[in-house]
Amino acid sequence: MDQPRVGLFVTCLVDLFRPVIGFSAVTLLERAGCQVEVPADQTCCGQPAYNAGDLKNSRSIAQSVIRAFEDFDYIVAPSGSCAGMLRAHYPDLLKDDPEWFPRANHLAQRTHELISFLVDIRGMASVENVSFEAKATYHDSCSGLRELGVKDQPRRLLGTVDGLRLDELPGAEICCGFGGTFCIKYPEISNRMVADKTADITATGADLLLAGDLGCLMNMAGKLKREGSATQARHVAEVLAGMTEGPAIGEPEKAPGT
Amino acid sequence: MKPQSHLFKENAKKALNDANLARALNNMKAGFQDKRRATIAKLPEFQDLRDQARDLKNHTLENLDFYLSRFEDRVTEKGGHVHWARTPVEAREAVLEICRSVDAKTVTKGKSMVTEEVGLNDFLIQSGLTPIETDLGEYIIQLRHELPSHIIAPAIHLNKEDVAETFRENHTQLDPNRRLDQVQDFTDEARAILRQKFQSADVGITGANFLIAETGSTVIVTNEGNGDLTQVLPKVHIVVASIEKTIPTLEDSATILRVLARSATGQEYSTYTTFSTGPRRPGDLDGPEQFHVVLLDNGRSALLGTEAQDTLRCIRCGACMNHCPVYGSVGGHAYGWVVPGPIGAALDPGLIGLEEAHDLPNASTFCGKCAEVCPMKIPLPKIMHHWRVKEHEAKLSPPRFRQGLAMWAWFARRPRLYRLGANAAIGMLGRLGAKRGRFAKLPLAAGWTAHRDLPAPSRGTFQQQWARHKRSQAPSSS
Repeated sequence: MDQPRVGLFVTCLVDLFRPVIGFSAVTLLERAGCQVEVPADQTCCGQPAYNAGDLKNSRSIAQSVIRAFEDFDYIVAPSGSCAGMLRAHYPDLLKDDPEWFPRANHLAQRTHELISFLVDIRGMASVENVSFEAKATYHDSCSGLRELGVKDQPRRLLGTVDGLRLDELPGAEICCGFGGTFCIKYPEISNRMVADKTADITATGADLLLAGDLGCLMNMAGKLKREGSATQARHVAEVLAGMTEGPAIGEPEKAPGT
Repeated sequence: MKPQSHLFKENAKKALNDANLARALNNMKAGFQDKRRATIAKLPEFQDLRDQARDLKNHTLENLDFYLSRFEDRVTEKGGHVHWARTPVEAREAVLEICRSVDAKTVTKGKSMVTEEVGLNDFLIQSGLTPIETDLGEYIIQLRHELPSHIIAPAIHLNKEDVAETFRENHTQLDPNRRLDQVQDFTDEARAILRQKFQSADVGITGANFLIAETGSTVIVTNEGNGDLTQVLPKVHIVVASIEKTIPTLEDSATILRVLARSATGQEYSTYTTFSTGPRRPGDLDGPEQFHVVLLDNGRSALLGTEAQDTLRCIRCGACMNHCPVYGSVGGHAYGWVVPGPIGAALDPGLIGLEEAHDLPNASTFCGKCAEVCPMKIPLPKIMHHWRVKEHEAKLSPPRFRQGLAMWAWFARRPRLYRLGANAAIGMLGRLGAKRGRFAKLPLAAGWTAHRDLPAPSRGTFQQQWARHKRSQAPSSS
C-alpha cells in the first residue's frame, strides 16, 4: 500500500466544535503519504448510547459507521476515545450477530487513533518545518492510553517541533473527569476531578496544554478559562500540523491586542 | 448493613463539601499509589503472577461446589465445624448460637468486611454481647459509631485530629493532657486498652483472606497482629467468610499472597500472615478449643455464570479504590455499602440489587485505571457497563436523561437530518460565542457551565468547511 486510502472518522466533537483538528488530521495523514477521504455519512461513534447501556441504539449506530467506513484501507480518528470505541467495543457489541461480527472485526483491526497511526503504522518519526513557541505539557487521555497504548507516540513527534518545550504533567495518566455523559450526570464529581487536573497543569507553569481528545480538552480548557488561567489548550494534531494560527480552545477568534 | 447506595448522588455532594475528607483522601492517594508503584517495580514477574492468580481463581469459581465441599471435609477432619449461611440473618444466628453455647460475654474481632456486610456488631450488642474491634482503624470507627470507608483502611476518611478527639472523648480514664498527635501515640494507647480485652474475651471472630480447600485452613493477613491475638487467646475462634474466598491449595495461597500486599499497601508481604487449621490439638501450646467457620453466600452463588462472575475473583486489596479518581473525590461512605470504589460499583448491584445500587456503576468515567491496577485482572469497567445495560433495560435511569439520549440517538442514526440540525445549531452557537470564544452560561448545558466554561464552536461544522474546501479544490484536481 504505497498510498493507503484512509477514511477520516472526524468524531462528533471535532465536527461540531473544532474543525481545525479535522483539517490538521488531514494534513498530517497526507504528509504521511495517505489518500484521505471524509465520508459524509458519519455522525458519532455511539459512545453516549453505549455508555448508557443502550445496546440497541449503539448497535444501530455501529452498523452505520461500519457501512460508511469498511471499504477503506484504514480508519483513523483524531481521538483515542472514539477510535477505542470502534476498535475495542464494536466487535463486542456485535458478537452475537453472524453477519455483523466479521464486519465489525474487520473494521476494528484497521481502525487507529491518529497519532499512533502516524508513528506506529506510517513510521513517522518527526514533523518537518513545524515550529511553535510554547512551554507545553501533555495529558494522556484514558481510552487512548489504556485501550490503544497511545503514550510515547505524541511525545516523540512533539519533540521534533521547533521551539516547543514539553514538560511532563504530574498525574498525566489520571482521568480529567470528562467521561462523556459522566460530566453531565455527576457534575460535582467531575468538577472535583477536573479541578485537581487543572491544579496539576497550573503547577507545571505550562502556557500550553496538549492532549489527543477534544472531549478531555474542552473539559480542561473550560475549567482553566473559568479559573482565569492564561494557559491555552490545543489538540496535539494542531501543533504537529502547524495549524496554530487560529484561536486556542475556548479563546476568542482574535486574541486581545491583535 | 442496610444499604444506602440509592443516596449516592446526595452523599457524594456532601462528601465533596467536606474539606477534612478531601485532605484525608489526598494523603491516602499519595501514600498507597507511590508505595504500590515502588514495590511492583522490584518484582519483574508481577504481571505473570497476575495472570496466574486470575487463572487459579477462575478455575476455583468454575468448580466452587467441589472446593467448598472439600474445604468443609478438611475442616471437619481437623476437628472444626462449618456453618452454611445463605443470608446475613443465617450468618448472624450461627455466630450467636456459638457464642451462647459457651455463655460468651465479650467478643474480640479482627478486621472483617463480611461481618460488616451481615451487620454483626449491632446484632451482637442487641443480643447482650459486647463486640470489640481490635484493628486500630476498625476500633476508631467503632468508637465513633461509623462504618468503614475503605476495605483495608477503614478509617481513611479521618485525619489525626479526628482520632485524637475520639480517643479523648472515649478514654476518659487517661490523663486528659496526654500527647495525642502522632500515629504512634494512637497505636500505643489503643494497644494498652485492647490488651485487656484480648485477655478477657470469650470468643474471637475474624474474617479470612483465603479458605484453603486442600488443608481446611483459613488465612488472614494483618499488619498489627491483632488478628492473631483475636483468634488464639479466646476459647472459641469463629471465622466468618464468604464462599468465594476459597482457593484449592496451600501453594495457591502463596501465588495470591505475592500480589495481595503489593497491590494493597505496597508492602512485599503483610507483617503477619496467619494460617489457622482446626482447634488446638493435644500438645499444642496455644490455640482455641473450638474452631468454627461460618460460610456466607448472600447472593454470590447467583453471580456465578453471569457477566458479573469475575467480581468474585476479588481479593479485597483495595488497589482499585486507591487509584480511582471518583473514589478519591467522594470517599467510601458515599457508595452506601460495605464495598465501595470500582469493585463496589461492579459487585454491589449483584449483591444488594440494581434498584438500590444502579448509580454506582454509572459513577465512573470508564477511565480504566482500576482494571489496570487490579491484581486479579477483574475487568471492572466492563462489568460496570454490564450493569448499565441492565439498568437501561429495567428503565432505572432518570427519564429526562433517557429521553435526551433517545432523541440524540434518533438523529445520530440519520446522518442527513443530523447534519441539518448540527449545521443550524452550530451556526447559531458559533455566532453567539465567537466574540468571547466560550460560554459561561448556556441553557441546556447547565451541568457543564455550572463548573466550567463551554468552549464555543467555530463558524460552521467540519463537514461544512470540508465540503467548501473540496469544492474550491475541485477544478484544479479534476
